[in-house]
Amino acid sequence: MAELSPARVLAELKNNGVTHVVWLPDSETNFLYVLMRDEPSIDLVPVSREGHAFSTAAGLAAGGQKPVILIQNTGMMESGDSLRGWGLGMNTPVVMMVGYRGWTRHGVITDTAAFYTERFLHAFNINYYLVESDEDADRISVAFAEAQREKRPVAVLVGDEYHGFNVSR
Amino acid sequence: MMKTAEMLEVFNRQRGDAIVIPGRGGRFWVELSEQPERDLPLGDPAMGGHASFALGLALALPNQRVVLFDSEGDVLMGMGALPTIAEKAPANLYHFMLDNGVYATTGGQPVPNADTMAYETVAQGCGYPATYAIDNLEDFANQIEEILGQPGPVFVALKIDPEIINEPINNRPQWQRKTRNQAVADMQAELGIGG
Repeated sequence: MAELSPARVLAELKNNGVTHVVWLPDSETNFLYVLMRDEPSIDLVPVSREGHAFSTAAGLAAGGQKPVILIQNTGMMESGDSLRGWGLGMNTPVVMMVGYRGWTRHGVITDTAAFYTERFLHAFNINYYLVESDEDADRISVAFAEAQREKRPVAVLVGDEYHGFNVSR
Repeated sequence: MMKTAEMLEVFNRQRGDAIVIPGRGGRFWVELSEQPERDLPLGDPAMGGHASFALGLALALPNQRVVLFDSEGDVLMGMGALPTIAEKAPANLYHFMLDNGVYATTGGQPVPNADTMAYETVAQGCGYPATYAIDNLEDFANQIEEILGQPGPVFVALKIDPEIINEPINNRPQWQRKTRNQAVADMQAELGIGG
C-alpha cells in the first residue's frame, strides 16, 4: 500500500487555511513536525496534555482563527471531558487528526489503544474519516468542510501514522 | 484575603476595553461589567481548560488585551498549560488566579496541599516573565495598574475568601445571562470576527 506522506498532509492543512496546529507529538510524526516548523503560515502550539488541545482550539476558533488538533488516539481518549466541554459544548469547528496507534487492516488488532478508538468516537458521536495513504488524503478536506459546516469537531484517523507504526510492517 | 466581588470591582476600574474571561468569578462579574459584549462568562465547560482557552484567544487576537480569572483548582488540574503559555508568550494575556484553598462549588473540600502551595513560584518556574502573589485588597488596588501596564503573559495569584456553594447543581441560582455560544457570538460581533 502507498504511504501517507507528511508533505501531502501539510498541503491539506494549508489548502484548508489552517492557522495553528495544536499538537502533542505522536509516535511517528517527526517528519511532519519538521515540515510544519518550517512553514511560515502555520503557528505551532505545543501542549503537554491532549485535553488542553481542545480548550486551546476553542479559544483560537472563538478569536476567528482556524486551528487543527494533532494528537494520538491514546491522548484523545484521555481528553474525553475536554472534548465534551470545549469541543462539542463550545461548537468548536475543528478537525482533530488522530494517530491511530495499533491500527492494522492485516490481521487482528492487539493494541487496546486501537481497539477502543472508534468506540470512543462513537460514544461522543464524533464523525471520522480513515486516512491511510496519499490516495485517501482528500478526506482531510472533507473533514474540514464538515467541521466548518456542522460547527463541531470531526476526526481524521491517521491509519498509517506517517509510515512506521503499524504492527504489520 | 479578598472577597471576589470586591477584587473584581477594583479590577473593573482598570479594565479598559479588555476581553474578560471571568472563570469562577463569573457570577460576580456579570453584576459588575459594563461591557458584556467583551465578556466571555463561560461557566465551566470542562474543568482545567480556562488557561488554554485564554491562550488560544490571546493568540488569535493579538491586538486585544485578554484577562482571565482562573482558579487554583483549575490550575492544579491543568498545570501543564502554564509552560505552553510561557513558550508562546502572548504579550496580551493577563492570567489572574483565584485561590480560596478549596473546591468552593462542591462544598468546600480543600484542594491538594492548599496551605503551602506557591502558585506564583510554579508559574515563574514554568517561564512566566512576571508573577505576583497578592493576599489583600489594598495591595491589589495598589498593584493592578502596574500589572496591567506591562506586557504579558503575567500571572497573578490572588488569595480569595472561600464563598462556598453546597447545593446540588440543579438547585443553584442561574447567574448566566446568556449561553456560552451567545457570549462568543456577541464578542465576535463586537470585534468584527466572522463566526
